[in-house]
Amino acid sequence: MKIKELVSILEGEVVFGEEFVENEVFAACGSDMMSDVLAFVKEQAVMLTGLVNPQVVRTAEMMDMKCIVFVRGKRPDKSMIDLAEERDIVLVCTKLEMFSSCGKLYEKGLRGASGK
Amino acid sequence: MENIKLHYDVDNSDFSCAGEASGKIKKTLKDLGFDSALIRNVAIAVYEGEINMVIHAEGGTIDAEISPEKVTVVLADRGPGIPDIEMAMQEGFSTAPENVRALGFGAGMGLPNIKKYSDTMDIKTEIGVGTTITLTFNFN
Repeated sequence: MKIKELVSILEGEVVFGEEFVENEVFAACGSDMMSDVLAFVKEQAVMLTGLVNPQVVRTAEMMDMKCIVFVRGKRPDKSMIDLAEERDIVLVCTKLEMFSSCGKLYEKGLRGASGK
Repeated sequence: MENIKLHYDVDNSDFSCAGEASGKIKKTLKDLGFDSALIRNVAIAVYEGEINMVIHAEGGTIDAEISPEKVTVVLADRGPGIPDIEMAMQEGFSTAPENVRALGFGAGMGLPNIKKYSDTMDIKTEIGVGTTITLTFNFN
């Protein structure tokens, strides 16, 4: 699924990385615990989270994640945007909650780490 | 090829900087053209170790050596030491304070993740002195 499609599905806003929205994501991970995300092994996955701190971007970097979606209306601050800019990671915001966001993406064919 | 050696100091005073060293190691491996799966394993394991150094210890050092056969990483912190390594290796067990859990850490997956992503993991610890973790990642 292309990032621009994901943005549309989630009625989202691209906060950083408009030039990368043609990139694809092949899996998704929704979590507020970064160590759970680090145990997740898919390449080019999208992270959905309600956490807002710079370690979210660093975790995405380590996992080769190309896109982070902040749910529940959360917004990244400047330090996070700067980190994402250095690492070419797209940041998206949605007002939808975690459950609805994951459900909508699942409905459109995106799957989790186990392929389920 | 001569082995490549990297050294980083980890300061525990600024949590937002935790991950700088592991990010730089990752970039170096990427620039050297290593396999992406190996790079990810090294990056995740070292990142978990670096975060632990900032959360639990008083900072420390990370030294990485890249040879033709493997990557070796030594994470040495300045304390306080791990009282029970077996307990610390259990998934879900964490001594992280509440303010750290609010940032998304303290799930108790740090050491288990480090073990999962490395080929060998050796932990030496001394209460009141510190902990040294030595990891190896073999090239297939």
